[in-house]
Amino acid sequence: MDNKKRTFIQAAAALLQNAHITGFFTGTIYDGRIKNICVPGLNCYSCPGALGACPLGSLQNAVSAWKFRFPFYVLGFMMFFGAAFGRLVCGFLCPFGFLQDLLFRIPFPKKLRTFRSDGYLRYIKYAMLLFMVIVLPFSFKFTPFFCKYVCPSGTLSGMMLSAADSRLRELWGWIFTWKTLVLVAVVVASIMICRPFCKYICPLGAFYAVFNRASAVRIDIDREKCVNCGACANVCDMAVNPVLTPDHAECIRCGKCVSRCPHGALCFTCFSKPVRVRGFGEK
Amino acid sequence: MTGKRKNMLTVVLMIISALFVAVGVLMRQNLPVLFKAVRICLECIGIG
Repeated sequence: MDNKKRTFIQAAAALLQNAHITGFFTGTIYDGRIKNICVPGLNCYSCPGALGACPLGSLQNAVSAWKFRFPFYVLGFMMFFGAAFGRLVCGFLCPFGFLQDLLFRIPFPKKLRTFRSDGYLRYIKYAMLLFMVIVLPFSFKFTPFFCKYVCPSGTLSGMMLSAADSRLRELWGWIFTWKTLVLVAVVVASIMICRPFCKYICPLGAFYAVFNRASAVRIDIDREKCVNCGACANVCDMAVNPVLTPDHAECIRCGKCVSRCPHGALCFTCFSKPVRVRGFGEK
Repeated sequence: MTGKRKNMLTVVLMIISALFVAVGVLMRQNLPVLFKAVRICLECIGIG
């Protein structure tokens, strides 16, 4: 994967989902009809620039409603993105994932690709999805637990809004302090580890991970071309071995393995048909 | 799972998701999404 091209797509996606530029200066949020629509990535709808609705926030809002109704609308959006792209959303369309990628570029003496308890920590995000997004909001009404106690995207939005509106700064309390600590931890970790939030915490990534095996867009491997050189596994920031499992739940479809493969054994596919895009692994 | 089965599953999932969105719109579930999204979520930004 040509890094510049991918960075461009990520930047464009982040900008498109946060195109309400005036909000950053006025401290207001967009209140138009586009907010009927859920965006694919983690993007707080209280971000001054946000044009769409956050799928996680919307899901928690639906689940925690006093009169519970099965959230067809929000789940439909999330399922569609999952079925179409799987965790390609994480790799290309999520603004918070993009932020982590930028932070990981900051030089640091010891970058960690994986470590001892890495495998176990990956399951935390599924627990986040189950408990913080579904069970707890359902049990304790009107409280979006993940948004309220964890989501660093919301904290960033709060900081941006507070910068423009001093009245919000006066309301800061222990929750804001706690969430700021979470945000700082994610930022610091992102410099040392690639995508720590995506790997260990993000419930949206956990949701899309379930669809990775059967999404329309996948990474497939041509076993006849593959010589098991290990180049793809060595370059993967998510510690996935594409030779063993090209549609692994942890794969964010960044395409680095596709570009790295010296024999062209890996490629993006859409409904099993190879998709050759200039700069995305073409030799 | 073979590629063909994966593709079939993908299509089924996409149809179901589209139906979910359509049912959601008929049930007016888009309105709570909109109403929540157009107001500053104090819980989300760490204040509420």
